[in-house]
This record gives sequence, structure tokens and C-alpha cells, in this order.
Amino acid sequence: MNSMNILSVRGVSRTFHTPTQGSTVALQATDLDVAENDFVTILGPSGCGKSTLLRIVAGLDEPSGGQVLLDGKPVTAPGADRGMVFQSYTLFPWLTVLDNVCFGLRERGMARAQQIELAQGFLAKVGLQKFANHFPKQLSGGMQQRTALARALANQPRMLLMDEPFGALDHQTRELMQELLLGIWESERKTVLFVTHDIDEAIFMGSRVVVMSARPGRIKSDLAVPFEHPRHYRIKTQPAFAALKGELTEQLRTEVLAAAAA
Amino acid sequence: MKPLHPVSPQARLLLGIAFFVLFTAVWAAVTMGGYVSKTFLADPISMLKSGWVLLTQMDFAFDIGMTVWRVLGGFIIAALLALPLGVLMGAYKPVEAFFEPFVSFARYLPASAFIPLLMLWVGIGETQKLAVIFIGSFFQLVLMIAVTVGNTRRDLVEAAYTLGCSHTGLLKRVLLPGAAPEIAEILRMVLGWAWTYVIVAELIGASSGIGHMITDSQALLATDQIIFGIIVIGLIGLVSDYAFKAANRALFPWAQLGR
Repeated sequence: MNSMNILSVRGVSRTFHTPTQGSTVALQATDLDVAENDFVTILGPSGCGKSTLLRIVAGLDEPSGGQVLLDGKPVTAPGADRGMVFQSYTLFPWLTVLDNVCFGLRERGMARAQQIELAQGFLAKVGLQKFANHFPKQLSGGMQQRTALARALANQPRMLLMDEPFGALDHQTRELMQELLLGIWESERKTVLFVTHDIDEAIFMGSRVVVMSARPGRIKSDLAVPFEHPRHYRIKTQPAFAALKGELTEQLRTEVLAAAAA
Repeated sequence: MKPLHPVSPQARLLLGIAFFVLFTAVWAAVTMGGYVSKTFLADPISMLKSGWVLLTQMDFAFDIGMTVWRVLGGFIIAALLALPLGVLMGAYKPVEAFFEPFVSFARYLPASAFIPLLMLWVGIGETQKLAVIFIGSFFQLVLMIAVTVGNTRRDLVEAAYTLGCSHTGLLKRVLLPGAAPEIAEILRMVLGWAWTYVIVAELIGASSGIGHMITDSQALLATDQIIFGIIVIGLIGLVSDYAFKAANRALFPWAQLGR
């Protein structure tokens, strides 16, 4: 095993059993290595098992076969070492923005003053320091996801798992969120595994784009994204970006057609 | 009128009062107009008069106090025991599997049918009154609290786990605070039901209380007193309901958002 890898997915598969439809293979035996400080995006059509893979890494779902190693140790349950941002808005509605960000810190028994100091810092990073005392329902969707990002980062996980976190946002907000996340990653170099079905998003933020096939899911290709950091949003309109997007579009299109035919 | 279109607070208050006024007017019209015999239904004026007599000369305030005490006593005991059991059942599925079938069965046992048995077991004292209210509210509370806790949003549970939350931490920091406003609503509703049980308990074998006054008045065909008693119950219910609602709003401001 490569010692540079923080995460190793070894032959992980997942089969769902339902009483009516028998068993469905959501994920075929999959191998994936993620290096320390890397930003890997997993791109695939809906229903390809990309979220299943991420949930298994998070420990929220159990693989039917294979195992996930984080720093060489097998993952059996969710833990603070793998922070997660979900597609749905998962802020605790009874806690203020500040207390949401403090949630994991309090669970660890950190002193309150220290919790607040740390949380304020991360809220500033996502531009929400003025909203510390708001309740989640008083925030827009984009602001809620920024808070969720701050909450995950404040907990100082080994790596960040993101399951289409901007999927429910409108296009403009989504692009701003991508820049925000990329900016934070460029300054902190936190290891990120990011699931999306948006090709632009996958290229713009990822150092590597892993393409998954239609169900039953497996990794179809693994491409390095050659753009330098820090990346400016204007790279999205450059020819090299368009070429990569064109290639990924073709790959994804084949899968979507295959899924539609199946 | 448009469906679901909100009404202003002033209009809401006025409309609410207007129906009370209309109701009383119709009542006064049919009784004082001689359409209904006084033997069956007293008119509002004589109801108020005999209410005044009850309060000033017959110590009805003591009866009201006794009834309130019984409702609150029985209800608080039921709530204190139902809360931990309901929360445990909602959170831990084996606990639920163990208790749920029995509680579902016991919930349908009519509290008032236990009155003869309870008289046999604990006599006709205060214990019997409290026990009727306890039986009437405990099982309902347990089941409803268990369902509420069990319905906690799974994505919030998952988010908590990925933040390093322990299993007991999940119970204390996610399941309980998330369900708290709904539990408070359940308590408010079931307290309303407890009021109906207390009167039934007081109709049989009581020497004080609003229900007792009503049975006494029945023997005298004093419909004015009976109606006064019923209206007092309604008013106490209304006041306690509003107090409960106000308390819930103050305790859980976040639950009021985005409704």
C-alpha cells in the first residue's frame, strides 16, 4: 500500500436486497486510492452508486464486500475523522449557526470559549460571522450549506466527504460555493472526496476526476486535471477546460444511454 | 377567501370572539324566547346568576381547585413516567418491540371503565381520581412520544455521527432536542383529554370537584348549574391551552420558524 494514501478503498461492493425486486448490485468491486491533500471528484450519472461509495467511506453504509482503510485502519463506523457535507440541509434546526459549528467540538469536550473561538474562525472563512446567532431556517440554502461546510471543517477531520453538497442550489449560488470551497482547499489542503453529477464542478474543483459507470457502478476512468492552483473561475471558459469537459461529456453520455437502455 | 391565506391577528381575535357572541345569542334566543323549556336548558342569565351563587355561597371555587389539582396531579405523574419510557422506545427499537404491543393494547382500554375496579382497589379517595387520569393519559403519551422520537430525521442522525457523536450523545443532543417541541405539543393535547377523564371520575363517588357539583345539580334538575360547571371546564381548558401554547413558543422559538 502506498504510504502517501490517506484513503484506500479495496474491492468495495454493495448489493441491496429488497423483498420485491430481489437483489440489486449498486456498486461492483471498486478500488480507489486518495492521496493526502488531494481533491478527488467522483463523477457519474444518477443511480451509479457514487453516493453509496461515499456513504461506505463515511461508515454510514456497510459494504457487501471489500473494505475501506483510512490511514491503514479499516473503517467500520462513522467518525469525526471523516467530516461529511450532505446534499440535504442537515443543520440542526434547534441550534444557532454558531452552535451548529460547535456541535462536534462540544462532543469532544472542548472548553466552550475555545469552541466559540474556533467556530467563529470557520464562520469567517465561509463569510457567515454576522449570522452566528441565526437559526438555520433563517438562512438561504447556500448559507446553510456554507454553515454545514464550516461545521465539518471546524471538527478538523482527516478528510472531507461531500455528497453533491451544492446539488440543491441554484446555478449562480452553486458556482460561488465552488469557488469558496476551492479557495478554502487551496489554503488548507484538506483531503476531499467530492461526489457530483455536474461535469463543470468535477473539473473545476478536482485534481482528479473519477468517472463511474451506470448501475451496477464501477470506476470507468480516472483522469488527472492539469490546471494549476489557485484556479480562477475563468478557466471554465478556456479551451483546455472545454476539451476535458468534452471528453467527460462523451464518457458520461455513454453511461446515461446505457442506463436508459437497461 | 383564498385557501390557506393567512388572517391578520386582529381579525383572528375578532372572528374568534364573534362566534362566542353568536353562540350565546342563539342560546339566549332559544331559551329566553321560550322555544326550549327551562327544565332542559337554562338561559344564559340564570346560568350566570346561579354561577354567582355557586361561587359566593356554595364554595364552588374549592371544587374547581380540587378538579384542577386532580387533573394536574394525575397528568404530571403520567407525563413524568411516560417521558422516559416513550423516549427510550422511540430511540431503541428492542425496547419499542418489547413495550409497544402492550401499550397499544392498553391505550384502547377506556379509562372510565376502570373506575369500578379502581374503587375496589384504592377506594373512592384522591388516589382513585389520579389513577383514572393516569390510565387515560399515560399510554397515549408513551405511544405518541415514542413515534415522535422515532421519526427523527435520519439525515440529522447521520450528520451527527459524522461529527463524532456517540450513541448516548445522539440521544441527548439530537433525538431529544429535535423532538422536544412536538413532545410539548403532545403534552398539551393529552392534557386536554385528561380534563374529560377527571369529570367522569368525579361523576362517580366523589365528594368534591366540578364533576361532583354537576351530579348534585342533576338530582335537582338545576341545568343552570350544570351548564355553568361545563362552561368553567371549557374556560379552564381554553386558558391552559393558551398558556401551554405560549410556553411552547417561548421555549422553542426555532420550531416556529418557516411554518
